[in-house]
Formats: sequence, structure tokens, C-alpha cells
Amino acid sequence: MKNEIKMNRIKKLVALLLAFGVVQLLVSVGILNDYIMATVSTIGINIILAVSLNLITGFTGQFSLGHAGFMSIGAYTCAIITLRNPTTSGFVAGVFAGALMAALVGFVVGLPTLRLRGDYLAIATLGMAEIIRIVFLNLDITNGAAGLSNIPEFTNWMWLFIFTSGTVLIVTNFINSSHGRACISIREDEIAADAMGINSTRYKVTAFVIGAFFAGIAGALYASRFYVLKPDAFGFLKSIDILVIVVLGGLGSISGSIIAAILLAIITSYLQSFPEIRMVIYSVTLIVIMLFRPQGLMGSEELSKSMFKKWGRLLNRKDGGVA
Amino acid sequence: MEQFLQQIINGISLGSIYALIALGYTMVYGIIKLINFAHCDVYMLGAYVGYLCMTSFHLGFLPSMLIAMVFCIVVGITIEKIAYRPLRNATRIAVLITAIGVSLFIEYGTMFFVKADIRSYPPLTGFMTQTFKLGDINITMQQVIIFVVTILLMVLLQFVVKRTKIGKAMRAVSLDRDAAELMGISVDTTISFTFALGSALAGAAGVLVGIYYNSINPLMGVLPGLKAFVAAVFGGIGIIPGAMIGGYFIGTVEVMVAGYGNSMFKDAVVFAILILILIVKPSGLLGKETREKV
Repeated sequence: MKNEIKMNRIKKLVALLLAFGVVQLLVSVGILNDYIMATVSTIGINIILAVSLNLITGFTGQFSLGHAGFMSIGAYTCAIITLRNPTTSGFVAGVFAGALMAALVGFVVGLPTLRLRGDYLAIATLGMAEIIRIVFLNLDITNGAAGLSNIPEFTNWMWLFIFTSGTVLIVTNFINSSHGRACISIREDEIAADAMGINSTRYKVTAFVIGAFFAGIAGALYASRFYVLKPDAFGFLKSIDILVIVVLGGLGSISGSIIAAILLAIITSYLQSFPEIRMVIYSVTLIVIMLFRPQGLMGSEELSKSMFKKWGRLLNRKDGGVA
Repeated sequence: MEQFLQQIINGISLGSIYALIALGYTMVYGIIKLINFAHCDVYMLGAYVGYLCMTSFHLGFLPSMLIAMVFCIVVGITIEKIAYRPLRNATRIAVLITAIGVSLFIEYGTMFFVKADIRSYPPLTGFMTQTFKLGDINITMQQVIIFVVTILLMVLLQFVVKRTKIGKAMRAVSLDRDAAELMGISVDTTISFTFALGSALAGAAGVLVGIYYNSINPLMGVLPGLKAFVAAVFGGIGIIPGAMIGGYFIGTVEVMVAGYGNSMFKDAVVFAILILILIVKPSGLLGKETREKV
């Protein structure tokens, strides 16, 4: 049993390194151009955002509409630090400072508001994100509505890969730990979880703070990838964007979030020149998914070997039927 | 002092509009426990229909408003039928996400057809351009109209909810849906009617905003919608008088912050009030504490 777990870990590590190496090779040879790399960066950042929101909404069952707020805190913190100290160590410090700031705000906001249930929490987090946006709009250090520009670029494939896979690994491990189980039990039935001796407020706040922390990292990567930051980029729509990824992938499925982030980034890059149509398609997708497949692409399952086997069996059965 | 009174007048005008929108939120929430995010877009559609009536068909204010209200009723009922009714027994989160989807669809669908530009309502004519002076305080005819129309609609709403059969059904369904159904009340019809009432009020609010602020755009509903929702929560969600009080309170606060403080922070203050209420008294001003039962 123990050996098996060890083998699994080694397999995962090899797969990760292989994926990293292949893309790194393609980048250094120059097959992947800047445009594709920009899409890849968006995918990575969206994966971090979606996985962290999935921890809050999908696994702990707390409906948050303010994820863009945390992202903006991370982005602005990192941008301000790297503008003053444009070195790699400054960038790393900026990423972690941004993440910690976001986590801190998440803690301060989460402690009182997470006592609220469902819809009220959604509105409170929405209000919080709006407040954060308005504060950034009025501060001198963030340069108001004009925003910050000429932010030094540090986010390359290496950093993107480290932070994205790091986020996925840490969140997955958290969910599989006893703390994560406690979070899932809160999602299933908060009153029952309370009755079983789980301190539901504590676990809700923990999940919320971890989610905010990673959203801060995503924001920092975003700031250091796309040169400019404007408060408008982190409005209600950005929060919805992230939510769409999570819902499309399936609430409570990490692999679902990853698949959805990749899918949506590809669709978005095709629809780049028609922003209005993009939003119409987005909204129709949301409604249709909710009406016909409310559990999302993956439901709450993870992509696994047994799932492929199941699909294989289904396919075979269909073939048999035809013959 | 004059300035203060002037601000109060402005606050009441803005508050009337918030109150009208908040009533729709609060009724729908009371009956199916859903934050109808699409409600603020019904209000936007109302403003656009009013604009169309006034510019293309050269109708007066009152007929335009009535047409807008009828149009919004149709939209409200359609939304409920297509998007919310199939999800009657789904999880709360699924319905809420659908509501957000519908809201985005209406916003960007409208933007696709009428383009994103800001349009201005035609200038008012005749008696509607009058201004009353009380000492140093100016009250425009628009403000009077907004106030009078709002109060009339609210009285009408109270009458419908308290004195008619369908109003009784609404109250029964919001109290206990299953029991109401057992008593022979058609729950679906009642919910449709609730959406119709709320949408009519939103449509009226849209036209009133059009004549008051003159400019409309496809995303005009987003912020007022959120603030109206804050108003509904402030008064106690699901409670009709609460939404009225909340609307006037939020409107006045917003105008005061803009007048005496920093107008950039007026939205932030409203949301801060929301978070404070939710922390101190989540059931709202007029709400009763309810015990949780397992």
C-alpha cells in the first residue's frame, strides 16, 4: 500500500516534470510564439483562480462573488513592489506579499461575513470586492483610475508552471487532509457538521483565507505578465468569469476546473475580437449548463484512470449496439 | 440648512427609485428565496422601452411608462418561466448562478442590439419643466412626479398584496409553499404574478430614472440593482414596507455622502452599510429573528 502511494507520487512528479520540460523546450526553440504564450499564461492564472475559488465554493460550499477583489489585492501589491524593486527576488517577494495581503483581507472580511449563509454571503463578498475596487480607484499609490503601467515582466513559463502546479498540489492535498474533509462536511450539511463537533466557522474561514491567498498569487502573476493594471479589470465581471470556470468544470472537481479553464481560454482567444458576443455566449453557456447539467462537466468527480475505463466500457457498449 | 434640505429632497427622489427596484427584489426573495440578479436588467429594459416610446412614437410620459411596465411584466414572466421554473427543486447555488447568467444575457444581448453608447432621453416639455421654489430649496417637477408615482404604485401594491385574493395567495406561498399548494393555491401562477408585479415596478423605475437623469445605457442597471438589493436587505428581505424604508434610507445616505463627503466613495459607503447590517442584524430593520430548525 505504502509503496503504491510512493509510486503514484513519483509518477505524478515525472509527469509534471515532463510537461514542464516539453513546453520549456518548445518555448526555447521558438515554436510557441508570444500570442500562444499569452493564452498559456491566461490559462495558468485562470487555473489558479478557479482552483482556489473551487476550494471556497465547490468544496466548502460558501458562495463567494468577490474573488476578483482578492486577485486585485495581489496584483497591486506585487506591481507596487516590483516597480520599486525590479529584480527576480523582488518579484518573488511581491508574489508572496500580494498573496499574504489578500489572505489578510480575506481573514478580516471572512471572519464576520462567513457566519452568514448562502445568498447573504454572496452579496457580502460582492460588496467587499466593490469596496476594494473603489479604494484602489481612489488611492494615490495605485494611481487611481489610470492604473499602474510599465510593470516589469517576470512571469514566464517557469514561474507560471511552479505556481500553477503548486496551487493545484497544495489545494488537492488540503482537500484530502482531515481539514479538507471537514470543509466538505460543511458543504454537505453545516448543521450536521456542527453537531459532529466540527468548528464550522473556523474551517470556513480557513478555506476562505487559503482561497484568497492563491487568488492573490494569481493576481501577482497577472500584474507581472500584462504590464498594466486598472481597477476596472477587477470588477464584478471578473468574479463572474472565475465563477463560470468553476461551475462549468464542476463544483467540487479540481480537474474539472483545470479542464474548464483551458477550454474557456481557447474559446475566449477565438472570440477576442467580438467582446459583446463573448459575453452573450458566456451567459447562455451559464444558463444552459445550469438547466441541463447543473453539476458541470465533471460533476464532483476527478479525472482518473477508473473514469477512463468507465468511458471505454460505455463506448464499447455503444459499438456493440450498432453492430 | 438649505443645502441639507435640498440634499434630503434629492435623496428622496433617488430613494424612490431604489425603493421601487427593491420591492421587486424583496417580493421575489420572499416567495422563492432567490436573489433575482436579472431584476436590475428588467429595470434597464424598462428605461429603453420608455426611450423608444418617447423618441420613435412621440408618446407622452404616462403612456410611455405604462407601455414600459407592460413590457417588463412580459419579460419578467418569461424569465421566470424559462430560467427559474425548471430549477424549482434545484440547489440554491444553481438558481443563483442561472440568475447571474440571465442578467448577463439581457445586458449584453441589449448591448448587441442597441450598442453600448449612452443615449439621452428627449428633453421634457410643458408642465414637466417647472421648478418650485421653497425659500432657497429647488424642487423640480420631475422630482415631484417621481415621488407621486412611487407613492401611488406603493399604495397600489399594498392594496394588491393585502386586499386581493392573489395577494393573499402570494403571502400564503411565501409563508409555506407546500401548505399553500395543499390548500389549492396554484403556486406557479402565484410566483409568475409576483415576478409580474416586481417587474412592473422596475419598469416604472426605469422610465422615472430616464426622465430624472436623462442618460441610459445597457449596463445602467448593475449598480442601482445592487444598491436596491442592499436597500431590501436593510429593511429586512421579504418584507414589503422594509424595502420602501430601505430604499429611501439608501438613497438619502448616498446623496449625503456625495454632497458632504467624497462622491467617489458613495458606492463604497453603501456596500459598507450592507456588510455592517449583515453583521449586526442579518434579518434587517423590520425582520424577525428566526430560529433554525433541523
